[in-house]
Amino acid sequence: MEHIDFSLVDWSRAQFALTALYHWIFVPLTLGLSFIIAIMETLYVKTGNEEWKNITKFWMTLFGINFAIGVATGIILEFEFGTNWSNYSWFVGDIFGAPLAIEGIMAFFMESTFIAIMFFGWNKVSKKVHLLSSWLVAIGSNLSALWILVANAWMQNPVGMHFNPDLARNEMQNFWEILLSPVAINKFLHTITSGYVLASIFVIGISAWYLLKKRNIKLAKRSMVIASVFGIFASVYLIGTGDGSAKAVAKYQPMKLAAMEGLYNGEEGAPLVAFGILTDKKDSEYEKDISMAIRLPKTLSFLAFGDFNAYVPGINDLVKGNPERNIISYKEKIDIGKKSINALAAYKKAKKTENTLEAEKQLKIFKDNYKYFGYGYYFGHNPKELIPPVKLSFYSFHIMVGLGTYFILFFIIILYFTIKNKIQDNKMLLRVAIWTIPLAYIAQEAGWIVAEVGRQPWVIQDLMPTIAAVSKIDTSNVMITFFLFLAVFTALLIAEIKIMIRSINSGPELEK
Amino acid sequence: MIRKIFIFYKEGFLNMKTGKKLWIIIAIKLVFMFLILKIFFFKDFLSSKFNTDKEKGNYVIEQLTNINKN
Repeated sequence: MEHIDFSLVDWSRAQFALTALYHWIFVPLTLGLSFIIAIMETLYVKTGNEEWKNITKFWMTLFGINFAIGVATGIILEFEFGTNWSNYSWFVGDIFGAPLAIEGIMAFFMESTFIAIMFFGWNKVSKKVHLLSSWLVAIGSNLSALWILVANAWMQNPVGMHFNPDLARNEMQNFWEILLSPVAINKFLHTITSGYVLASIFVIGISAWYLLKKRNIKLAKRSMVIASVFGIFASVYLIGTGDGSAKAVAKYQPMKLAAMEGLYNGEEGAPLVAFGILTDKKDSEYEKDISMAIRLPKTLSFLAFGDFNAYVPGINDLVKGNPERNIISYKEKIDIGKKSINALAAYKKAKKTENTLEAEKQLKIFKDNYKYFGYGYYFGHNPKELIPPVKLSFYSFHIMVGLGTYFILFFIIILYFTIKNKIQDNKMLLRVAIWTIPLAYIAQEAGWIVAEVGRQPWVIQDLMPTIAAVSKIDTSNVMITFFLFLAVFTALLIAEIKIMIRSINSGPELEK
Repeated sequence: MIRKIFIFYKEGFLNMKTGKKLWIIIAIKLVFMFLILKIFFFKDFLSSKFNTDKEKGNYVIEQLTNINKN
């Protein structure tokens, strides 16, 4: 693989990561705030209290700002697929086609139509039709997320497809298997609920700012109650979906789990690292030690397999193999993968020369070894190159979990003080609430880093590594567009923050 | 019916406050994406080189199977 341009792979990855991380700044707020708004409007329709209408309209304005700035930022990811990742795009084309087409149609018809009623329809359609539109916007945006997350989940756990060796494409065999795979279900639920948590924190933080400024007191307190209750429910559900995700990772991506926990040597009754600092291990070229570690005994085994004594494989077990545990080494997987790649080449050659018997023979070899197809690209390389960045995976995972735990406590405290009508007197808590907003965004991005960096080097788990997925294009082009995106996305983010701050500063008074 | 929908949207757009600014941002963004990025920087790699699915498939297989030999 000495002829692969690694700088091209790295720049293409960096560009995709940049675009995805920026896109993900806008999306989670849309997912969660849409539901909070729908709940607030429901209270308005039920009680007929105009105060709730003002509250709904205010948060709707902020929702609109975020939606407008964020809309279409995800399209750039699709551009990148076609240009930078053409081998990958072609390889998965048929699988992604259906979910992304459904997403496009759904996003266009549900969100666009009902968003118009949501914003333009006050006093023009009945209260109930308006409320229905608000709920449909919330449901529609969340369902849009479903399809893209199903596509992402397929990359982490490719199921329900058949590889067509004549076209080099994976073709969908079972739509339901793809849609209902445990990875897809958990990924979707975990991702959208994390958006609900972020939106709750956003509403609480801005309400806290109003209370500190002694403005819009009623709006702030009512919003805090709704957001903290919504946040508590979302957080509890988030724990459940996080548990489901951990079990799916343990089953389908054991290396990712080992990297997330910095676990090098597998063990029965493996502890969960609650806190720790990774340091380079002496006498080892790649292993890390965890210093100042706080470990929860047997918890990792339980979280991963629902059994306190279950065996959790470590990075060394996966790389070197562990016959006692029926784990084959990466070296063996590389050999199997190489056999599959060679058989595919031989099959194509036999087809060209119309040697049917040889073609059938090679096709069988290819299919029998396809499971580890992607490992073949590391033939002649050190299997350790297949280990994801452990430090980044470990810290991102622990930051996400740590912040998630803090958020639950945060919601409970906010709800308690708001219900007791003491929240406005606790300036420290109000300041903490404001500063929790950026923490919510950090948790969101950390979650994506765990999901995407932890699965490296795979674009499609076990089948296609990044080095095989990338297009042969000029690295300088990718570099130019990387910085172009950096500038454009930063400008959009600044625009969002500025317009958002102006609207918050104006407050609901403007709406009146 | 169509007239009603048209008036609904027209009045909605005319009465916008922050929305006007947001629509300008959306328009600039879409122009930038589809008229600059897509045309000059993000041509579909395979479609720009090949016309048929068969040709694209052959090229990708070539890429996937010759990666160690290139």
